[in-house]
Amino acid sequence: MTPLTRHSAMGLRQLLERREVSAVEVVQAHLDHIAASDGHLSAFLRVTGEQALAHAADVDRRITAGEPTGTLAGVPLALKDVLATRGIETTCGSKILESYRPPYDATVVRRLREADAIVVGKTNMDEFAMGSSCENSAFFPTRNPWDLERVPGGSSGGSVAAVAAGHVPLAIGTDTGGSIRQPAAFTGLVGVKPTYGTVSRYGLIAFASSLDQAGPIARTVTDAAWLLEAMSGHDPLDSTSIPEALPGLRGTLEAGVDGLRVGVVREFLGTDGLQAGVKARVTEAIDRLAELGADVVEVSLPHAVYGVSAYYLIAPSECSSNLSRYDGVRYGLRCDGSTAEAMMAATREAGFGAEVKRRIMIGTYALSAGYYDAYYAQAQRVRTLILRDFAAAHERCDVLVSPTAPTTAFRLGDKVSDPLAMYLNDVFTIPSSLAGSPAMSLPVGLDDDGLPVGLQIMAPVLCEPVMLRVARALESDLGFDPAPRGPNSLTEVAA
Amino acid sequence: MSLSTDDVRHVARLARLALTDDEVQALRGQLSDILAYAEKVGEVATANVPPTSHPYPLRNVWRDDEPRPSLPPAEAVAAAPAAQDGRFSVPRIIGEPV
Repeated sequence: MTPLTRHSAMGLRQLLERREVSAVEVVQAHLDHIAASDGHLSAFLRVTGEQALAHAADVDRRITAGEPTGTLAGVPLALKDVLATRGIETTCGSKILESYRPPYDATVVRRLREADAIVVGKTNMDEFAMGSSCENSAFFPTRNPWDLERVPGGSSGGSVAAVAAGHVPLAIGTDTGGSIRQPAAFTGLVGVKPTYGTVSRYGLIAFASSLDQAGPIARTVTDAAWLLEAMSGHDPLDSTSIPEALPGLRGTLEAGVDGLRVGVVREFLGTDGLQAGVKARVTEAIDRLAELGADVVEVSLPHAVYGVSAYYLIAPSECSSNLSRYDGVRYGLRCDGSTAEAMMAATREAGFGAEVKRRIMIGTYALSAGYYDAYYAQAQRVRTLILRDFAAAHERCDVLVSPTAPTTAFRLGDKVSDPLAMYLNDVFTIPSSLAGSPAMSLPVGLDDDGLPVGLQIMAPVLCEPVMLRVARALESDLGFDPAPRGPNSLTEVAA
Repeated sequence: MSLSTDDVRHVARLARLALTDDEVQALRGQLSDILAYAEKVGEVATANVPPTSHPYPLRNVWRDDEPRPSLPPAEAVAAAPAAQDGRFSVPRIIGEPV
């Protein structure tokens, strides 16, 4: 019999609806699994077992009484520690927010609680979501369940490690330049960055406000679609929230790809640094789409090569502005200083890690007198050209495909001393972040080292239904097993 | 773009970061490399191209001006490192030596 911790969210919902299992039993099984194996992974910054069991007991009571429950009733879920949770520590992976307890819930958290998803804990992340390996957490690195010597990707590294390990079937990540998609690819999971503005940013601790977007992480496409429906929707508390609702996602999931036009991004598949194993699995997946009836063509995004450059001006600029709020006054750390300025400078020096300081410095420089036009404004004009490239490609194609990342999961410590090499891991995910359009990663197989490879699927703004439909068709055809395996995997080491 | 240590110290002052000498040295090289890479955006011809900050055509966002409860002062200052009488407490600002 499949243990409860390897069931999909939808599988758990069926068991709960048939009363074959209670929500308390489901949650306890996941909490036990976390207690037994998270010592090897460090996916969680904190586990909220008591609150989780209390919420589960309430769900059970309502099921028994025939009272209404939400669409995710009884399903365990983990939250990236960038989302504000009322009364529960929210650190963003930073010393500057160590032991900070927000006075309110993020809108996403409120929606998920209303859907009766059971929050079991907060997951580790690169400090303030800046990083691609989870090694920039101020507390500890998280390890990849497929190979404990490798990174899970980042910045949503704790969320993907938890889902891949079976600690939870669902988790929330956030994506600014690839922070959901790249870690999903590194751990054999489905990770979706929705259209910018479809998921409220209220209570999502800001990194780069014009790019940040929360999204679902799951082991199946159907689970991801279900979670995205529950978390999205207009929010008057976020002025960048799109008034239009996301179209229904679940109705068309099984419609197949026959007759759909799929564009292969030429520049991405031809990149020098692309690993052979990644290229092989992605090429095979594209061949399968053609076999399944899709019309596969080659397309070009000529300005995408400037994506990383534009991103590393726009994101640090917005970060330097957003992170000015950590000044030792209203929350978080305060260090002594004889004047207000000395207090602030000492607090920020002690509270921020190396990568966060680096990005604050880049952004402050790019926005400083005399440089604004050459840097931030020019990067935003390049952003417009990237948007136009996508628009032209989508005139011919319903979706675009590429590798999610140029490599599979790398070893801990491999890239920490070379910031620019780390940044280039996001080369394929950044363009759709700049375009604000939806993109996702789907696992399409393992490379010769037994590590997962992700296919990126990109769609026009608010076209999540067709993106997920393509993903579901390919998932069903490939039959990828998301259970981590291999000599150095959690499954072997913890056994 | 190659930055001097004075440039790095100036930016650190603007950013309110009391960097150590070692950090200033390390950042000088790293920022120069990263900015050299980022400056590639300058190769793109962008005359008459408008900037994009939001891909969806949202303009001014209005809501009705209706009073609603806000965070009580006690909760607002609960996470502050120093507070007094429902207010944030900070080191002296006025009269600071410049």
